[in-house]
Amino acid sequence: MKAISLEEAVAMIPAGASVMVGGFMGVGTPERLLDEIVRQKKTGLSLICNDAAIPGKGVGKLFDAALVARLTATHIGLNVKAQQQMLANQIAVDLVPQGTFVERIRAGGCGLGGVLTPTGVGTLVAQGKREIEVDGKPFLLETALRAQFALVHAFLADYLGNLAYALTSRNFNPVMAMAADTVIVTAENIVPVGVIAPDHVVTPAPLVDYLITNG
Amino acid sequence: MDPQIIIARRVAKELRSGDLVNLGIGIPTLVANYVPTDLKVFFQSENGLIGTGPIPEQGLAHPTLTDAGGRPISALPGASTFDSAMSFGLIRGGHVDVTVLGGLQVDAHGHLANWMIPGKMVPGMGGAMDLVSGAKRVIVAMQHAAKGKSKIVAKCSLPLTSVRPVHLVVTDMAVIGFAAGSATLLETAPGVTIGEVMAATEADLLVGDHVPEMMI
Repeated sequence: MKAISLEEAVAMIPAGASVMVGGFMGVGTPERLLDEIVRQKKTGLSLICNDAAIPGKGVGKLFDAALVARLTATHIGLNVKAQQQMLANQIAVDLVPQGTFVERIRAGGCGLGGVLTPTGVGTLVAQGKREIEVDGKPFLLETALRAQFALVHAFLADYLGNLAYALTSRNFNPVMAMAADTVIVTAENIVPVGVIAPDHVVTPAPLVDYLITNG
Repeated sequence: MDPQIIIARRVAKELRSGDLVNLGIGIPTLVANYVPTDLKVFFQSENGLIGTGPIPEQGLAHPTLTDAGGRPISALPGASTFDSAMSFGLIRGGHVDVTVLGGLQVDAHGHLANWMIPGKMVPGMGGAMDLVSGAKRVIVAMQHAAKGKSKIVAKCSLPLTSVRPVHLVVTDMAVIGFAAGSATLLETAPGVTIGEVMAATEADLLVGDHVPEMMI
């Protein structure tokens, strides 16, 4: 793990990159990284995030600045701008059931080719996917999902990069921290090694590539 | 009584002590208000919490404790938090005893459509498809009709949420079950006759010998 500035971290992300962003309706989202992406105008992003948040908050800022070319998400109904951009064909949107979304990312981070899920069998979600029967029950083959970058937000990060999360701001963060080539983290609090007890570390330090310095 | 409150009160009667329950948005959210205080029910919020509590008092909200809509909530003693893979493992893995969801249409065989209206409303399915596929019991809480049109239809014209049928539909007019494989009228709302339910329902309903009035 290397501690670097916000500007340096975002400078590493090229236009058109695939980027996973943690958070659920903007809760547990690395806001400072998103602000800096907007400032550096990283266009044509392929965004993987549970939802589109709301305008002005979380990944909603990326839609405000029209930086997203492609979105993989489970729900965008609370962001009017994302909806408008989708209906105007400015962004390509792939809507995925939430349980499938997180398992595809988990698979991507765990070296699996994909998962078999009953969710979506016989619905629009099944279109173009292989249906596989196991013990007489039908499942969809949902393939693994990875990204070039994962942008993660933690409550605590220690000097080595061990991470712990707070309440419902954990959500997709630890799963995404496994599933990208480069993992960039912001933390509410950066603390000395040992403050997070081994049993309370959720994301182990070797998974973190860059920690954004505070202050 | 307000139709939504009739629905919420009747659905609350379906919950048992020890149940892990996931409530959807809209009318389902109201169900929590009518659970007797002596009933120990665990409410799950799909964004990673079991043990959701009421909206905190003014000034006590915390930005890291929210419901699936991003609104501040509280957590009850004994609450637990977890990541989204765990949250949906609970949902899809049959660990959630009851889910209560809103609906746009339910058909004669209990198929639910509640996630999109092609060309008009494409918000995404969020957690709905996993909940209907995986929860032990699926209850739909919705108005019987919208704009004068029955929401209990012969066949869903909207895209299905799951091919797995729901277990129970509770509306402001009736309770309808699907244990027999097709829609069966189980109860009528206070002051509503069987004839009125039949007239307001597009799907064919089986009617048993005894159809009691809803206890709310």
